Amino acid sequence: MKETARKSVLAVGPFHPLQEEMEFFQLTVDGETVTDIDVRISYNHRGIEKLSETLQFDQVPFLVSRICGICSASHPLAYVQAVEEIAQVKVPERALYVRTIINELERIHSHLLWVGLAGHFIGYDTVFMWAWKYREPVLDLLEEITGNRNNYGNVRIGGCREDVPDDVRPRILAELDTIEKKTEMLTKAVLDDPVLHARLKGVGVLQKDAAVDFAVTGPTARGSGVPIDVRHDDPYAAYADLDWKVISQTEGDVFAKAVVRLLETFESIKMVREALQKLPSGPVAAEVKEIPPGEGCGHAEAPRGETFHYVRSDGGNRPIRHKVRAPSYVNVPSFKASCIGQHIADVTLTLAAVDPCYSCTERVAVLDSHDSVIHDYASLLQLSRAKTAQLRKEIGTPVMKLEDI
Amino acid sequence: MNQQTLDKRLEETADRLIGIERTQENRVYLLCESENVYDVCRFLFDTLNLRFVITTGVDAEHCFEVLHHFADDECGCMVTVKAFVRDRENPELDSITPLIPGAEWIEREIHDILGIAFTHHPNLQRLILNDDWPEGVYPLRKEVQP
Amino acid sequence: MNWKLWSLKKSVWVFHVNTGACNNCDIEIVNLLTPKFDVERFGIKLVGSPRHADALLVTGVGTRQAALRLQEVYRQTSKPCVVFCMGACACGTGIFEGAYHVAGPVDKIVKEVDPNAIVAYVPGCPPKPEAMISGVVKALAAI
Repeated sequence: MKETARKSVLAVGPFHPLQEEMEFFQLTVDGETVTDIDVRISYNHRGIEKLSETLQFDQVPFLVSRICGICSASHPLAYVQAVEEIAQVKVPERALYVRTIINELERIHSHLLWVGLAGHFIGYDTVFMWAWKYREPVLDLLEEITGNRNNYGNVRIGGCREDVPDDVRPRILAELDTIEKKTEMLTKAVLDDPVLHARLKGVGVLQKDAAVDFAVTGPTARGSGVPIDVRHDDPYAAYADLDWKVISQTEGDVFAKAVVRLLETFESIKMVREALQKLPSGPVAAEVKEIPPGEGCGHAEAPRGETFHYVRSDGGNRPIRHKVRAPSYVNVPSFKASCIGQHIADVTLTLAAVDPCYSCTERVAVLDSHDSVIHDYASLLQLSRAKTAQLRKEIGTPVMKLEDI
Repeated sequence: MNQQTLDKRLEETADRLIGIERTQENRVYLLCESENVYDVCRFLFDTLNLRFVITTGVDAEHCFEVLHHFADDECGCMVTVKAFVRDRENPELDSITPLIPGAEWIEREIHDILGIAFTHHPNLQRLILNDDWPEGVYPLRKEVQP
Repeated sequence: MNWKLWSLKKSVWVFHVNTGACNNCDIEIVNLLTPKFDVERFGIKLVGSPRHADALLVTGVGTRQAALRLQEVYRQTSKPCVVFCMGACACGTGIFEGAYHVAGPVDKIVKEVDPNAIVAYVPGCPPKPEAMISGVVKALAAI
């Protein structure tokens, strides 16, 4: 009784203005410091694995693309890879390239989305607005290729449903150049900002051994010095043919994870460009008649980490077991290692650093239109640069350049 | 570790297994009885330093199967430990959470939806089903209709 | 016209409720705030508390665990309150129909609390941001 009396418990959720999805966190706090953390999920449990057993093999990709709206290319891809493993299907070259292009475009928009949200979590709404503005053209490209901004429904067992039309290719290449320039500007602004250094460095550190124990994946692992990436380790689609590198950082703090995501965006842009140039001709799908009995594991690198699907077939037209492991499922529990000992104010950011598909519903800042001084873009940029320089002098952070990393 | 070394190292634990299956070059299934599952997983995680991926619980016809998936990221090989839980009335299995903290959630989930009790689990509370879900109904079992 | 309804139409403050969605509709709702769509120029703004809200933007199927929380949120809003079902899941549980953990659709859950609740539907998976804006405009014109 005495023990409980001394503990203060702080509830975050299930509806929290900073979180899109419902999750209920219980933080045990001592003053400002978090001493324990517990979570209650279930709000979002829809029973997809059971539902999948009632659908035919061909219908399941549409279901699994609705597991997560932002990873709606990687989930079906991991699933079809598992089924193709059972049926031993040889997928046409062109389909592999189309899959790569869609998945990398998804990664670009997802990483930009995270950067924006991370900015919003620390009250830096300029980054939020910028990142989301630059993300829009990517969604437009995806809409042009697949017919939908999200939930592309483009992969099927044995290949792809839609091809990348030839007349869209120059448009994509041109758009990629603009996105690259904008992302570079954003990245430089983030790396250069003394406030972000002060706010993000050393916050929510996930040590390397904790990262291994909690089996985290994706940018969360790569930010903690565990350079794992399914695209590199067990190459699927066309990744083995492309020239790219796995980005990793050793610090394990929120800043490292941000750097990993930003630099990965450039790698993705490079990959899409190369894949478009190398795009072989030929059909985009192979005929698959039936799925023999057996079991298969498929995994793919979603923007948040490894997506894993296990499928078992008994020779009928429906899977008899289909297991889905989304990356957040292993990334989120790592908060036990990264949040304890932190300040309350840092917890939401640390939780967000693994990108658990959160989002914000809070109101964002608007310019005061009654202000008599009217600034244009150039003068605002001037003001911002002057302030940054002054802050750097006061805080004394080192200058960090994109080229140094 | 490359694929050949991994295959050789996996032989070291062969006496705890009832068989090794292989569906393709880099997909290995280690079949074992439920009492050996902790030792096999400890060998994979601590000795071979494989990455824990996830656990799958399957309602097979006469028994439950619990599959611990591990990955070797250097050669891209998936090693799956397939444990058979033969007692359908009181299914029980050793928890691997004391070994791998990352397995906590999935074991709680399997306990919720398949009703397999994980012994020595530090916190086997309800995770994925709602607060007033009836006790004793396990949605992923075959007899339950969706 | 009822003056309460009249005032509601001028500048709608909305609260976003996720009841088990795949994040697609949610992201598109947040998209509405960002420079390309920017609904704040119409006076529509997302608020952090249901007590400030004139409308609820509900996404997701309404899972069993979320249903009671949705009802609680609806009770906390000031009335009249328009409930917008965003996306196929919220309108009629969509692809998740009949799953064991689904209590939805959303209108069923809300009408258990208030049989006269004003409910508007924006279908699509996910509805495009343009469709969402048009849905809100049409619904407000209809009241």
